[in-house]
Amino acid sequence: MSSSTLEEPCLIEKCELDRLIERLKCEGFIVVGPYVEDSAIQYREIQSMRDLPRGYRDTQEPGEYRVAKLLKKNYFEFNLGPHSWKQFLFPPKLTVNSCTKKNESWEFISKVDSQPKFAFLGVRACELAAIQVQDRVFMEGPYVDPVYQARRESTFIVAVNCTVAASTCFCTSMGTGPKCKSTFDLALTELDCGFVVEVGTARGRSMISDLTTRELDPEHARDSQLLQQRAVDQITKRLDTSEILNLLMGNLDHPHWDEVAKRCLSCTNCTMVCPTCFCSSVTDVSNLSGDEIERQRQWDSCFNVDFSYTTSGTVRDDIRSRYRQWLTHKLASWHDQFASSGCVGCGRCITWCPVGIDLTVEVAAIRNTPSSNRTLPVIQPSCKAECAFPKDSKA
Amino acid sequence: MIKYETFSESRIFKVAKPRMGVFKFASCDGCQLQLLSCEDELLSIADAIDIVHFLEASSHVEPGPYDIALVEGSITTNVDRDRILEVRKHSKYLVTIGACATAGGIQALKNWGDRSEYLRAVYARPEYIETLSTSTAIADHVKVDYELRGCPINRLQLIDVIQSLLADRAPRTPRHSVCLDCKCRGTVCIAVAQDAVCLGPITQAGCGAICPAYQRGCYGCFGPAEQPNCDSLADWYLAGRATPVELVPLMRNFNANAPAFRECGDRIDPLLDSGGTL
Repeated sequence: MSSSTLEEPCLIEKCELDRLIERLKCEGFIVVGPYVEDSAIQYREIQSMRDLPRGYRDTQEPGEYRVAKLLKKNYFEFNLGPHSWKQFLFPPKLTVNSCTKKNESWEFISKVDSQPKFAFLGVRACELAAIQVQDRVFMEGPYVDPVYQARRESTFIVAVNCTVAASTCFCTSMGTGPKCKSTFDLALTELDCGFVVEVGTARGRSMISDLTTRELDPEHARDSQLLQQRAVDQITKRLDTSEILNLLMGNLDHPHWDEVAKRCLSCTNCTMVCPTCFCSSVTDVSNLSGDEIERQRQWDSCFNVDFSYTTSGTVRDDIRSRYRQWLTHKLASWHDQFASSGCVGCGRCITWCPVGIDLTVEVAAIRNTPSSNRTLPVIQPSCKAECAFPKDSKA
Repeated sequence: MIKYETFSESRIFKVAKPRMGVFKFASCDGCQLQLLSCEDELLSIADAIDIVHFLEASSHVEPGPYDIALVEGSITTNVDRDRILEVRKHSKYLVTIGACATAGGIQALKNWGDRSEYLRAVYARPEYIETLSTSTAIADHVKVDYELRGCPINRLQLIDVIQSLLADRAPRTPRHSVCLDCKCRGTVCIAVAQDAVCLGPITQAGCGAICPAYQRGCYGCFGPAEQPNCDSLADWYLAGRATPVELVPLMRNFNANAPAFRECGDRIDPLLDSGGTL
């Protein structure tokens, strides 16, 4: 993927987008884009521009999401819904392989050899950043996830620059948006008269080769700038990330964790909607006679009690420790692990928390009243995890 | 929750075909029927174990001992209280199935009522009726080795438990919330998008997250999830979208007597009269 655009942006009429979708389908891509269903703008396979949420606009608050059709005719004048592209690159449920007993031997069959080829339409800047984060997790470490890699490397990305922002957006604090800067094949900015198209890759350029494009005149360039600035101006939520690693890891015993724990349901919603959360569990499932076995992978969450179950018990046995684990990993220790923040500022965890917990507010509460000078996590003597590390252990 | 270690001690199944009995207490029979609903797997189950006591399927019954006892229903009479002791005595592993057996069922609503008043209202000759004033879970009376939640239970979980006993491994019954399953199947959260009153965040998964997929709030059929924060969810709903008149009956439903739901329902119960907030 290119880190900058290959050439000067051009303009296409809106109906040309249908020709792009058609071209992608002809090239064997499953085109996935926004679609209104069940009171939300979701991502699913689309066939044409008719499927897009034209004229729809969402409003978001902590624990609240609404979508309504307005009189406007724009195709992309909304923000993020409950789905992220993660569900296509890192599917929620997957059979990894199977084995069958035949005569006296076992036959092993991989179930991941052939993966679908996606074209994503309408990926926002924060979501591009999230895909980059998951690339590091799944493809750039010592253990490459073959399913993610196969899907990711074949995916064609049509990004869209945000021209509006939700009250839960804070990409500007995380440095991820709202302008799409890299990781796309094509990027669109929607004007009233058409789409400004930026080309990010050679593949992107070839995909629009038979579209009718024209040069961008200064007026269109200015409109495009103004609309993107409008999104920036609408972002009101802030997360102060300065020294955040030391702030959070130095306040592991802050009383505010107890206060959050009173509200947090530990229901896993924030981790499920988070576009960077990557945990899964793997189980072997067999039939009653034990001669047909499948290895199944499913999304898991650090908010589940069983997630930290070890032979000596559950390590994070209360909501306080689980919320703290999630937040400190996402915003702080992720830096140590992957050299970036785990948060891209999309705000989904705020909107889709059933009781409206807002991580930016929780971090600010800790920042405003820091209570400790400790800078490294220490296992508490009272912590149940202690039994996992006996004091007389030589290891 | 039952400790997994119980099963790993078992070696009995290696030598003989295990004998299973299915026993009914105060219940609707729906959970037993889930065993018969295992249509594709029923022959394999019958191959693997001898079902020697299952009145729902056959009037031929054999006395114990039983390697596995599946127990449906709650304890509502003195006779049943004695009978469950007998079942326990003759069973190696006792597995309770369904909301009645694991929490007392919908009939546990009697725990909040006046028994003699109910008897007078329902029966022409209440003096013929002998019943306890409460409906309670099997685990309140005898040691239970494993619990399967649900109203009704999920037949796939039932097969997994039977299979885990046969394979001498720990059963896999997730204790996480319904929310995780909603997200895995791509269901939009109706609590957030539609202001629905949904118990999903505090309810144990197992049903496959059916109701929210059909735009209905979760009824809590599978009882409280592990370490549920019922008070926080109840307070959030009471602050805007639900009245105590709606919320108390939701807490006191199929799993009314499950401790977490019971305590939450009892906490907001005083608001029924005042109509106010906490």
